[in-house]
Amino acid sequence: MRMRVLGLVFALALGASTSVSAADVLIRGAKVYTMTATGTLANADVLVRNGRIAAVGAPLTAPAGATVIEAQGRPLTPGLFGGVSAVGVEEVEQEDGTNDENLVVREPFHEMQLRPEFDPTVAFNPRSTLVPVTRIEGVTWTMLAPGKPDGAAGSFVQGQGAAVTLDGRYDAVLDGSRALFVNLGTDVFSISGGSRAAQFMVLDQAIREACSPGAATEHTLLHPAGREVLKRYLAGGRVAFDVDRAADIRQVLAFSKRNGLKPIIVSGAEAWVVAADLARDNVPVLLDSLLALPSDFDHIGARLDNAALLNKAGVKIAFSQYDRSSHNARKVRQLAGNAVAHGLPFVAALAGLTSNPAEIFGLGATRGRIARGQVADLVLWSGDPLEVTSLADQVWIAGVAIDMHSRQSELRDRYLERLRQNQAR
Amino acid sequence: MKRVTSLMVAACLVAGCAATPGKSDKAATKKEDAKAASTAPKEPVPRERPFTTPDDPYPSTYRVPQSPPTLIRGATVLTGTGTRLENADVLMVDGRISAVGANLTAPPGARVVDGKGRWVTPGLIDIHSHLGVYPSPAVTGTQDGNESTAPVTANVWAEHSVWPLDPGFTTALAGGITSLEILPGSANLIGGRSVVLKNVSAVTYQAMKFPGAPYGLKMACGENPKRVYGSRNTAPRTRMGNMAGYRAQWIEAQEYLRDFEKYEQKRLAGDKEAKPPKRDLKLDTLAGVLKGEILVQMHCYRAEEMAEVIDMSKEFGYHVAAFHHGVEAYKIADLLAENGICGALWADWWGFKMEAFDGIQENLVFVDAAPNGCAIVHSDSEEGIQRLNQEAAKAMAHGARVGLLVPPERAIRWITANPAKALGILDKTGTLEPGKMADVVVWNGTPFSVYALADQVFIDGALVLDRANPDPKPRSDFMLGQPTEAAP
Repeated sequence: MRMRVLGLVFALALGASTSVSAADVLIRGAKVYTMTATGTLANADVLVRNGRIAAVGAPLTAPAGATVIEAQGRPLTPGLFGGVSAVGVEEVEQEDGTNDENLVVREPFHEMQLRPEFDPTVAFNPRSTLVPVTRIEGVTWTMLAPGKPDGAAGSFVQGQGAAVTLDGRYDAVLDGSRALFVNLGTDVFSISGGSRAAQFMVLDQAIREACSPGAATEHTLLHPAGREVLKRYLAGGRVAFDVDRAADIRQVLAFSKRNGLKPIIVSGAEAWVVAADLARDNVPVLLDSLLALPSDFDHIGARLDNAALLNKAGVKIAFSQYDRSSHNARKVRQLAGNAVAHGLPFVAALAGLTSNPAEIFGLGATRGRIARGQVADLVLWSGDPLEVTSLADQVWIAGVAIDMHSRQSELRDRYLERLRQNQAR
Repeated sequence: MKRVTSLMVAACLVAGCAATPGKSDKAATKKEDAKAASTAPKEPVPRERPFTTPDDPYPSTYRVPQSPPTLIRGATVLTGTGTRLENADVLMVDGRISAVGANLTAPPGARVVDGKGRWVTPGLIDIHSHLGVYPSPAVTGTQDGNESTAPVTANVWAEHSVWPLDPGFTTALAGGITSLEILPGSANLIGGRSVVLKNVSAVTYQAMKFPGAPYGLKMACGENPKRVYGSRNTAPRTRMGNMAGYRAQWIEAQEYLRDFEKYEQKRLAGDKEAKPPKRDLKLDTLAGVLKGEILVQMHCYRAEEMAEVIDMSKEFGYHVAAFHHGVEAYKIADLLAENGICGALWADWWGFKMEAFDGIQENLVFVDAAPNGCAIVHSDSEEGIQRLNQEAAKAMAHGARVGLLVPPERAIRWITANPAKALGILDKTGTLEPGKMADVVVWNGTPFSVYALADQVFIDGALVLDRANPDPKPRSDFMLGQPTEAAP
């Protein structure tokens, strides 16, 4: 178990992307959820050097100058996935001027325009107040994606997204995590022909356009850039379909097979109904385990044990909030905890916030586990990491200890002082 | 200035006049409730004054069902009065809490529940719900929560929009919710009357209506009314427009009361020509607030707006029962407490609009920490209402981090006694005190956990949810016959 030499390649890879240099850190005596075949280590040390995990085991020796953290048995997990969100591209949801997550296509108005080339990651603002608010709760990365289309002025092919790290760096996009996002079902009827049949019809048309050499006209769905982007995804690209109805999910599987896509189901309220199909095709599901109501006719079969049933059937799951609650992205832990309360094994739930989403978005080699060579995105918890009464005591991203403050904690501290003065009166 | 003063005096006089018969009415009704609830249909309350709205034209038809006595043995009991009892028993007889303590004896025929390892609390109460008025499925045909056709619709009653078959009532019950207030939405300055329901299965809302609960009036501050009406180029478009809008209504309501008072004086003086003023639904409700019969439940986010509303309530002589949402309540926790106003709050919602930008996760704890503070966890969400206990737990954890420790026996009040108080039903439910309605939840462990599940829920002593023996059929007609099981 003891680690002797640190691979130089890791140090080089990291040096290019962080602004703060990472000191060595030894976290001693933690309950380490490795999320690997090693399982959970009751009392282990984790050594972080140059932003990567250099060793996991016990006892490890602190290199000279390393910061030593005594975990005293507290749980240590990989940094959590915040779900599909708009953290860093949205400051106040209802203030349009602070919100970059949606493409609003108004003029010139065609019957329908698809803009798969739209990519909100270029609007990412690491200085957003949401970034510290989110990361001090243990969420170290999120899948930045275009928003659900805005009324009658968007595109149900929402555009592309990618994973971003939340340590505050400008170049936050994690390589190899790109995905195309498509919204299906009743949510987007107003901009997609008023029928799910129209949605698949239009998608078929878009694929033909992407593959044909003909020029774009006012009657085509795609601009030249859109054609190029869509074509790239037809060669095994990751496409996240926001879809809930069981029958629609099966259509997505068939459509993806026909067109060489690698589908991911997002939301998937009725995914449990077609769990066997998803398992057979090795298609993962990003779900909201708090959905229990027939919120519309696509959600009739929503139930609290969706995650447990899918996991049991062998489907890879991860957690993501249905309403893309970027401000409350930290709530993902509560989704995982409730899934456990409704039958999902604990480690499977934790995997749904760590190793599974990392794998789903092509980051399994660098994130989602506590193992030698992984980027040191780590969270030391006050208690059970899925419990609502536990909080993150310390978060590291790429080996750097995050300042555990946010605008919210500043507000809290200002008024806490006044409260104490009033109580003393 | 003088005019304002005389108006206020008039309002106080009228309110004072109404207080005497009103009070005895209430006392009488209270006793009758217990009887009526279990026996005969409730008689309409006789009309005391022509300008009151006491006829109760849509009376509760809820009846306490027959159920055997129930003894829960050996549980950790949070009474809702601030007490935690270990290894304690709770006895329910005839729909009421009969006793709470050690080594109680099971009456003959009693159902005995093993409380070992379990926690028992009063039934949870959500003071802010739109179940029934914004039900699932949320399709065009079911959205009846906002009469957003005019900034003041005090004439509408939320109960007339309630769809009792909303599947959300069932999922809320699984979270231990036994009573809830259904409010109109917040598009309007004055949105209309709210109604308190018991979370029981029924075909009509009258059969869910909480017997003897006062009505509430939904009002809203800030961005929603000014956005909805300002965008139509009508008032209000600004926060000052909001305030002017409410004040104009209170002035009208005062006049309405005065007109009835004048008529009453003439009538008593033997004037046979005296004609009563024309009854007005909107002013009936507003006058009910000024008389203290209808409780104001006000949606307000920002600290300074809440302070303005408190001054306005003094200007016109009424009381705000609770500020709902109150994302900035922590900034004025002392002011709320001094004025006896509860803060009905979320644990962690923030940032979805500008007036929610200053949200902090310690909001509930701060409001609770002020001397005589009254903190309430509310949901305003068909998802949140399923786990108010977890929302409370989150706030407790964040409070503890900064040294504001709230023990479970106190935090349980945020979701039981405190909302009962702000709804005017604390004399009937909200705590496990002998004589109160036997609204009780048996949890699989501490309720302040993400793993907490309600094992059993009792409403008026009747077992309405039993996790070990779930109903094979869905409670809501809407879900009946729907394909909710896996296809072969």
